[in-house]
Amino acid sequence: MEWLAALGRAGLSFSARLGRANLLLVAMLRGLPELLRRPRLLIEQLFAVGVLTVLIIAVSGIFVGMVLGLQGYHILSRFGAEATLGVMVAASLVRELGPVVTALLFAGRAGSAMSAEIGLMKATEQLSGLEMMAVNPEHRVLTPRLIAGIISMPLLAALFSMLGVYGGWFVGVGLLGVDDGTYWAQMQSQIDWSEDVVNGVVKSFVFGIVCTWIAIFQGYDCVPTSEGVSRATTRTVVHSSLAVLGLDFVLTALMFN
Amino acid sequence: MSKLRQLEILVGAFMATGFVALFFLAMNVSNLGAVHSGDSYKVLARFDNIGGLKVKSPVTMAGVEVGRVVDIYYDAQDFRAVAVLGIYSQFDQIPDDTFAKILTAGLLGEQYVGLDPGGSEQVLKDGGEIALTQSALVLEEVIGQFIFGKAQEGAQ
Repeated sequence: MEWLAALGRAGLSFSARLGRANLLLVAMLRGLPELLRRPRLLIEQLFAVGVLTVLIIAVSGIFVGMVLGLQGYHILSRFGAEATLGVMVAASLVRELGPVVTALLFAGRAGSAMSAEIGLMKATEQLSGLEMMAVNPEHRVLTPRLIAGIISMPLLAALFSMLGVYGGWFVGVGLLGVDDGTYWAQMQSQIDWSEDVVNGVVKSFVFGIVCTWIAIFQGYDCVPTSEGVSRATTRTVVHSSLAVLGLDFVLTALMFN
Repeated sequence: MSKLRQLEILVGAFMATGFVALFFLAMNVSNLGAVHSGDSYKVLARFDNIGGLKVKSPVTMAGVEVGRVVDIYYDAQDFRAVAVLGIYSQFDQIPDDTFAKILTAGLLGEQYVGLDPGGSEQVLKDGGEIALTQSALVLEEVIGQFIFGKAQEGAQ
């Protein structure tokens, strides 16, 4: 009997969390008109979420591209197909690695910070303070963060892919001697704008919504103690990563069948 | 310079970089920059076997891309495949006895339609048909013929 009750409790608390997360999303979206009146809040969050994440995205993009160039060259040269190195690098970056790795790094860099910040605001009762002053904390604090995350993610993913392509170019063309023209020409003839690039952007857009939503919800829903904040931060990173990887499979199956 | 202004500039730079990256992906990585936006006219070509030819495969003349395969369907009347070639309008001087053959780029590369111009005074018009065609080379058939020929040699 006891284990059945435990199972039921777990199921109920899971559904309740899911419900709260959805209600929070609706509440945040209702803050959109207010955000239009105070674009400054959005700019501040874009700085915290986007600009401060550029460095890690740029560095990892370049190195991932370089590794792809190196690995791809060694495998492709076995079949005498070094000419298609550009296609391999660009396709794997634009379709998969760009959106996914960006989302994982984003969850680790920006998502965890967001959760910790909101959780601490809750623990120190700043959110209640806002409410006391008749300011809606969901609209004032959470909406700008959500929108900033959604805007930043596709831009960061595009930056990642671009730098990755140049990283692969540096290794393939610069160090290993693949022909410069072939690298770009093969890439341009094989990579399709709507099929590959736009689908990658759609992916990163979805990841942007999911990662920021999870981060904000975990922070806002945390137990307002130091332990609760630390647990919320951990959960943000774990849940975001799992959600990104799982969703990536679903989106890939839907888009590139 | 105020703090807000500095913030705005940095965010602006970030967004501009992101859009530049997207533009780069569009123009330099994908085929958007190379997409032919001009008009094209359609010419039919019937093949016994189109092999691995696909819609959007290039149509070339002397190695230069002059069009794309627009549509491929099966004609139940004469049991042949029909490839509809969209030839770009600026190439409107193609003789009507042009020879169309399906070629392969490299040993295992993608297949495309190669056009060899004939000597006719008449040019191909929209909806016209290329009468002289050569099917795709199917590797199994070639090997089969080779083995068959060897066997016949042995019997003699």
